[in-house]
Amino acid sequence: MLSRVADNLFWMSRYLERAENTVRQLDVTMSLMLDTSDTSAETRWQRMMASLGNPVGMEWNGDLDAMASKLIFDSLSPASVTFCVNGARENAGQVREEISSEQWQRLNRLFHQMHAPLAQIQVRTSINDLLASVVDGIHLFKGVSDTTMIHGQGWQFIRLGRYLERAYATATLLEVYQPDLFQVHEREDSGYQYLELVGLLRCCTSFEAYCQVYTADLSPGRILEFLLLNRDFPHTIRYTVDGIRHAVESIQRTGGRRPPDELTAVIGRLHAMLGYTTIGEIVAGDTASFLHTIREQCMRIHELIYHYYVQYSIQSALAV
Amino acid sequence: MSAGPTVELGTLLGDYPLDQAFDEMRERNGEVRPQYRALAETLARLPKEELQRRKQSADLSFLNQGITFTVYGRDEGTERIFPYDLLPRLVTAEEWDRIERGLTQRITALNHFLHDVYFDAKILNDRVVPRELVYSCKHYRRQMRGLQVPRNVYIAVVGSDLLRLTTGEFVVLEDNLRVPSGVSYMLTNRRVMKRTFPKLFHSYGVRPIEHYPQLLLATLRSLAPEGRPEPNIVLLTPGVFNSAYFEHTYLARQMGIDLVEGRDLVTHDNIVYMRTTDGLKRVDVIYRRVDDDFSDPLIFLSDSSLGCAGLFNAYHAGNVTVTNAFGTGLADDKAVYAYVPRIIRYYLDEEPILANVETYLLTEADQRRHVLANLDKLVVKAVGESGGYGMLIGPQSTALQREEFARQIEANPRNYIAQPTLDFSRAPCLIGNHLEPRHVDLRPYVLFGDKVNIVPGGLTRVALEKGSLVVNSSQGGGSKDTWVLEQ
Repeated sequence: MLSRVADNLFWMSRYLERAENTVRQLDVTMSLMLDTSDTSAETRWQRMMASLGNPVGMEWNGDLDAMASKLIFDSLSPASVTFCVNGARENAGQVREEISSEQWQRLNRLFHQMHAPLAQIQVRTSINDLLASVVDGIHLFKGVSDTTMIHGQGWQFIRLGRYLERAYATATLLEVYQPDLFQVHEREDSGYQYLELVGLLRCCTSFEAYCQVYTADLSPGRILEFLLLNRDFPHTIRYTVDGIRHAVESIQRTGGRRPPDELTAVIGRLHAMLGYTTIGEIVAGDTASFLHTIREQCMRIHELIYHYYVQYSIQSALAV
Repeated sequence: MSAGPTVELGTLLGDYPLDQAFDEMRERNGEVRPQYRALAETLARLPKEELQRRKQSADLSFLNQGITFTVYGRDEGTERIFPYDLLPRLVTAEEWDRIERGLTQRITALNHFLHDVYFDAKILNDRVVPRELVYSCKHYRRQMRGLQVPRNVYIAVVGSDLLRLTTGEFVVLEDNLRVPSGVSYMLTNRRVMKRTFPKLFHSYGVRPIEHYPQLLLATLRSLAPEGRPEPNIVLLTPGVFNSAYFEHTYLARQMGIDLVEGRDLVTHDNIVYMRTTDGLKRVDVIYRRVDDDFSDPLIFLSDSSLGCAGLFNAYHAGNVTVTNAFGTGLADDKAVYAYVPRIIRYYLDEEPILANVETYLLTEADQRRHVLANLDKLVVKAVGESGGYGMLIGPQSTALQREEFARQIEANPRNYIAQPTLDFSRAPCLIGNHLEPRHVDLRPYVLFGDKVNIVPGGLTRVALEKGSLVVNSSQGGGSKDTWVLEQ
């Protein structure tokens, strides 16, 4: 398939995944602010911003409504939900012949929803409904993508974009939350600690899945274990890395080039790291640096994919 | 179809004036023409609400499919639904036969003309077409001289605009030999019509057009360079900001070929490649929807990034087919157009089957005097423009506009031609709750590979504004499905 087309599909998918992540984190953070715990609104906002990569122009100013509105609608800020939805649509618009008309229509509807005057009003009156409907729109798009698009190379690039973005975002989230996670709270039995932990899980839509595996008995170590190492839940890092590996293999099977040795090696190493390490070893060692390594490897994978499938030099391609 | 009793159209007709213009549906005495009777009966029988419901459902279908075009010169809302009229335009088998023969003849002669001009220039030496006229044409490409194109086919895809005069005779208004567009609307109109009037469609015995993409693909394949039995065929688009981008994606999808932009292509050793996830892949045939000027910055406009550097040299070397060929705009120059009947006689030794519209050449002093004295009655057009741009419609113009055009004509007479304001035919359209006549033209699509192929039909464009003579989509025109009848 054309490199440009692969690039557009990859980014369409990354942008939507990013929008969904931002919406979920905002939803969780705002609901945690409702409780009168010792953690101030400012601290919570700053922590959320750290897990979104510390975007510029999003510094706390004390007005939650205004801040939320900015994070959702400021189309000039690359961190905003609108920016991501615009980006996804722009990429999709350039490959109209590759995606199904259902996909295009679904994405178009989400785009128009973000730009409708109603959305601006909803921020002040019923922000939860707004956030829920954006997530709904993205979920519908993913469903439509899976059922109306040929599961060929283009679809694999969509999966690749989604999983890479998710792996990176989850690793960042854990890296930011991880110091707080093991902090002993003075009023431990008061339920605030519980809410914090639920919040972290909900940022990854993982609360219910966690309970099915471990029951509602929340502990920082188990949460870390679940979000890092569970192989069956689509939002864990282990699962997404498996997804990346599978997508890269499938790209070759569906007519792309054989992945370069370095790409196979980076993905393989990451896969082994998550497959053959126990949570005990991770917690006993330097957890922060473990999470940091995962992020770095994700960035390396992105670079390699880009340089190998999209932006390769003509001279090296001619030499083959 | 037998002549039935007079149809009672009642209030449906409302204000439906008949005058000297040819009406597609009604005779001069007001009677419905035989081929339109079944349609008229169906309309008369349908409750008004049902007709509106069908119209809304058709509109929605276009909206949801994103069948849009882009209007230039506006910041917001640049994507528009192509306006669409619910009633089909009917063409009888006999009428179509003449159109088909006429266009085949015309395209064949124009192709001979292009080859001749770029090789021996016999027609110029024999003084049938003035040498100066050809060499002053802004679409004449010196680079094409002596360049052998596959099968000697310069114009593989043509969309000629036909009008119907007051006599009912079809004439050619212009030939679009560069990058004619609109065929996707012909195809999508048909799909929507089949759903809107399924029974009526069936009862009429309409000839199919749906195989156009397949024919186009076969045409492109037949023009592949020698020794490339499994050619890689691509459609080259200027990109998402082009007004016909929807059509480009539509045709690429329907043909199952890659839609490429200039930045996807590279040339090396006079071979064109596209960048794929599997490395560079050789390109054999390019169906080009980018104008000459923007196709290769090394040869044409050097500041264009829409094309591919080195494309022309690869084409020159015979390693890739680009179609339509470069320099074909020469033959649809509006001043050269005036010579097409002579061109047909010269190469084919036949009388033209489809006539031209009378055309004044402003380089001729006596014709120019006549035109300048009668600007309020004539239509003036810039020779190298299309899409209804650069045009003066005399009877609807202001004195100021006429002055401006007169000045421009004096300054550069070669750049303009003039034609009488044509009272071309009108077809019934659904306006509100009743039928009103609107001016229509017809653009059939001609394919020319190993032979000439014309799918029976075309795009009927409608000037939806009452009294308007401009059918271009960029200027408020719409379209209709065109039904060519089996008999």
